[in-house]
Amino acid sequence: MTPSPAGRRAAARVATLGPGFAFLTVFLLVPLALVLSYTVFRRGRFGGIVYEPTGENFARLADPLYLDVVLGSVRLAAVTTLLALLLGYPTAYMIARLPGRWKAIALVAVVLPFWTNFLIRTYAWIVLLNSQGPVNSGLEALGLGPVELLYTDGAIVAGLLYAYLPLMILPLYSAIERLDPQLREASANLGARPARTFWSVTLPLSLPGVLTGCVFVFVPSLGNFVIPELLGGGRRIMVGNLIRDQFLKARDWPFGSVLALAVIAVLVLLLFAQAWAGRRAGRNG
Amino acid sequence: MTRHVPVVLASAGLAFALAACGGASSTGEAAPATLDAKADLSKQSLTISIWDGYSPKDLPQTVKAKLGFNTTVAIHDTNETVMAKLTAGGDSGIDVAFVSGQYAQALNAQGLLEPIHADLVPNLTNLYPEAAQLPYDKGNTFSVPYTWGTTGLCYRSDLVKTPPTSWNDLLSPPAELKKKITMMTTERWLALPALKMLGASVNTTDQATLDKAKAMLLKVKPDLLAYDDTTFGDRLKSGEAAMVEAWDGWCPTDQENIKFVVPKEGSDLWVDTMVILKSSKNKEAAHAFVNHVLDPSVHGWVPPNILYKVPNKTAMESVDPALLKDHPELAQTPADLLKGEGLIDLGEASVAYTRLATEVAAAQ
Repeated sequence: MTPSPAGRRAAARVATLGPGFAFLTVFLLVPLALVLSYTVFRRGRFGGIVYEPTGENFARLADPLYLDVVLGSVRLAAVTTLLALLLGYPTAYMIARLPGRWKAIALVAVVLPFWTNFLIRTYAWIVLLNSQGPVNSGLEALGLGPVELLYTDGAIVAGLLYAYLPLMILPLYSAIERLDPQLREASANLGARPARTFWSVTLPLSLPGVLTGCVFVFVPSLGNFVIPELLGGGRRIMVGNLIRDQFLKARDWPFGSVLALAVIAVLVLLLFAQAWAGRRAGRNG
Repeated sequence: MTRHVPVVLASAGLAFALAACGGASSTGEAAPATLDAKADLSKQSLTISIWDGYSPKDLPQTVKAKLGFNTTVAIHDTNETVMAKLTAGGDSGIDVAFVSGQYAQALNAQGLLEPIHADLVPNLTNLYPEAAQLPYDKGNTFSVPYTWGTTGLCYRSDLVKTPPTSWNDLLSPPAELKKKITMMTTERWLALPALKMLGASVNTTDQATLDKAKAMLLKVKPDLLAYDDTTFGDRLKSGEAAMVEAWDGWCPTDQENIKFVVPKEGSDLWVDTMVILKSSKNKEAAHAFVNHVLDPSVHGWVPPNILYKVPNKTAMESVDPALLKDHPELAQTPADLLKGEGLIDLGEASVAYTRLATEVAAAQ
């Protein structure tokens, strides 16, 4: 029996979508569902879960102690995102306007740091910034130091910025690169100066890239716990540290799950906002 | 989005069912196994879980040569990691685990440990009598001590004006040490200097005392370089720090200008132990393994190689006197060590320590 064309299409769909879908179900949805289910139970005395329903894990979220940590993390992540945008936009813009071969080289240079282990790159900052390090030695030689550079919020932002700047540059680049050069030419032909062209044409049209870049930088910055520990010297905890500690130190899986869920909720909201704003920008364009 | 809802619900239901099954299996209080002293060990095999670098590299080979069974070494980086495996329910596949005393106590309270069959561990007689007086397990009924030590101040003798003698030197540092000191971040050791300064127990569960301790810890926070559990030794060597709260075995006293002192207010006594899991199917081999570790030829590897003291009298007596001269903290006697207060598991009250640590870390 020869399968009907519709049957073949269905089979092809299962063959192409099936593996990815199965993978996501097993390794994304099931763990997510577990995290979700943990939130309503009590912590076990020695870790794990006691299956007695309770609402107190969510109530703890309103505790000023944890709210402060969350707000402090949001602030650091927001500062990082803003700086990444300010640094990343001109970079992406210049790369997009390079001639073909140089474009490829510049893009490789942006991604190059990812080829080195994340921890090693972060330790390099410690070597660079510590009170006995080259930066401080230089400042001291100039009679300006030593300055407390490491184990500050500034060091955390520098580390996050360094780690996630490529995630800002790449979507910006792809948004700017896609723009039809004729639009810029039309704007110039109609008498707009370059600055006007940028503000009225290039920037609005690249807005979807801006939003994507901001989400890409903000979200991992918010959840990072290694950089606050290494570059912040453990003197500032971010929500990522708080979540990690609930699972690996405090043996409080339910509260850790609540915190994780709160971060996921923020992430989902941001993604919706980005999709909505992106569609709007697309329509207007 | 709506399309995916049924899948989410279905997997949530599945997860819930799985979780409920996990919860239903109880950890029954089985009677201690009857062990056969003449069991053929070559038919058994062992999985141990231990910190990286904490035992001789050739331990599986010496076990195989002497006792005839294969040993697989699993590595854990913290007590909490191995606790998560051991308490997840069911058979973790681990026969012997190396955990700190208070964790052994917690495991035993859950009925997860096999009592130590002393008749199968004749080398227990190598241990100091003091090693059977440890507060988390008097008489070594469910755990066998592997290493022990205390917490103190590790400092650069060339960078401090006067050598520290008190926890107060850490908690109210002189001007020249500001931003040159580190404290530990793990909650029990974070609280320790303040609790000892208050004359309180390191195992206190009194909230008023913990509040006072918190105030002291918050006061010193601006003067700290960092909170650090792992790299404080390197910080001292580079001169980035001049004084750090440190475990004795982690203080690099092999450097000429680095010294270790136990403050006069006293400190803790920590012990890392070996425990045998009740779920083990190789209990005879597990006991033979523990016995093998207590052999001075194996246990004696620890002091010169990783600079920890072991509670093994025979092994300690064989340590090269030159090493003791270079590392005075290795020469601390068991009697001195037992002046330190043994850390015990605090059960529900441990939440108070977690909160204290979070409050100190979150304060800006």
